[in-house]
Amino acid sequence: MLYAMLAFFQDAGAGMAPGSLGQLGAGIGMGLAAIGAGIGIGQIGNGATQGIARQPEAAATIQTAAIILAALIEGVALFAVVVAIIYKFVA
Amino acid sequence: MILPNLFAMLQGGGAAAEAAHEAGETPDVAGMLMHHLLDSHEIEFELLGRGFVIHLPEWAPIHLGGLTIDLSPTKHVVFLMLAALLCLLVFVPVAGAIRRKGTDKAPGGIANAMEALVVYFRDEVVRRNIGHGADAYTPYILTLFFFILFMNLLGIVPFGATATGNFMVTGALAILTLVLVEVSGMVALGFNGYMKTIFYVPPGLHPVMAVVMLIILTPVEIMGKLAKPFALMVRLFANMMAGHTLVLSLLGMIFLFATIGPMRHGIAVASLAMVWPIMILEVFVAFLQAYIFAMLTSVFVGLIRHAH
Repeated sequence: MLYAMLAFFQDAGAGMAPGSLGQLGAGIGMGLAAIGAGIGIGQIGNGATQGIARQPEAAATIQTAAIILAALIEGVALFAVVVAIIYKFVA
Repeated sequence: MILPNLFAMLQGGGAAAEAAHEAGETPDVAGMLMHHLLDSHEIEFELLGRGFVIHLPEWAPIHLGGLTIDLSPTKHVVFLMLAALLCLLVFVPVAGAIRRKGTDKAPGGIANAMEALVVYFRDEVVRRNIGHGADAYTPYILTLFFFILFMNLLGIVPFGATATGNFMVTGALAILTLVLVEVSGMVALGFNGYMKTIFYVPPGLHPVMAVVMLIILTPVEIMGKLAKPFALMVRLFANMMAGHTLVLSLLGMIFLFATIGPMRHGIAVASLAMVWPIMILEVFVAFLQAYIFAMLTSVFVGLIRHAH
C-alpha cells in the first residue's frame, strides 16, 4: 500500500511544473495552521464562557484574559502564515 | 459605519490604478499586493487614477568595514518617523496640561483620556508584572505601546503604510526588548546570578551528570532567550501584514472577476461587504497587538528580575 502511494507520487511528480509541490505544501500547511488556531481559540472560548457562567461577577477579568490568550495563540498560527507565504514566493 | 468602507475604498483606489493598467489581460493581483505591502522609495497619493507621487531620495550606501548600510528614507521609514512625531505631538502637550493643573482637579479632554490609558498601563501591566522598581520601566513600556499603536493605526488611514508590516521594524523593536530584558537581568541578579540563568545546574548533582546537563541545556537556554523576542517580532509583523493582505486580496478579487466572470456588477458590493468588518477588526487588532507587545515585554522583564 505504501509502495503504491510512493509510486503514485513519483509518477505524478514526473509531469508537474517545478515548484508546484512547494505551493501545495504551502496551501496544506496554511490549512492545518488554521485548523490548529480554530481548535485552540475554541478551547479558550469553552473555558471562558464556562467561567463566566459559573461566576458572572468575574466576567470582566475572564474576558480580558480570554482576549489576550486568543491573541497569543493566533500569533502561533501566524508563524505558519509567514512560513507559507515564504514558501509560495520563494519556491 | 461609513468610515471603514471609505477607508477600504481608498485603499483599493490605489489598487485600482495598478491592477487596471493590465487592460485586456488578467490583473496582476499578486504584484499589486507586493507593491502595497512591501517597502518602496515612493509615497503615492492617487485617487481614481489621478494624483501625485512623492519620490523619496535614495542616498548612496555607507560602507562600514564589511557592512553596507543604506540609510535612504523609504516609505516605512517615513511613516516610522511620522508615528514618533505623533507621539511627541500628543504627549508633550498632555504632560504640560497635567503638570499645570496639578493633582487636585482632573485634566480635561485628551489629557484625561491619555492619563486614563497611562495609569491603566502603569498599574495593571507594568507594576503587576515587574513588581518593585517598576516605575523605572514605565516610560519605556508606555512609549513602546503608543509608538507601536500609532504605527499600526497609520497603516489603516487612507494613503498610509504600516511600518510594523515590515519585519525589520518589528525586529528592531524585538532587539530592543532583548537588550532591555538581558541588561535588567544582569543588573538585578548580578553577574553570577545572570550566568546561572544560562548555565543552570541543580544543586547536589553528580559532577559528570552536571557536565552532561550543562552541555545539553546551555544551547537550549540560549535559544530560549532568543526565541521570546523572535516570537514578539513575528507575532506583530504577521498580524499587521495578514490584515492588509486579506483586505487587498478581497479588493483585488473585484478586478479579477471583472475580467473573467459573468456576474461582475455584484462583486464590488460583496467584496466591500467582506472588507468592511475586516477593517474594523484591523483597528481592534492594532490596539491589541500593541498592548500584547508592551505587556509581554514587561512580563519578560519581571520574569528575569525574579529568576532567583
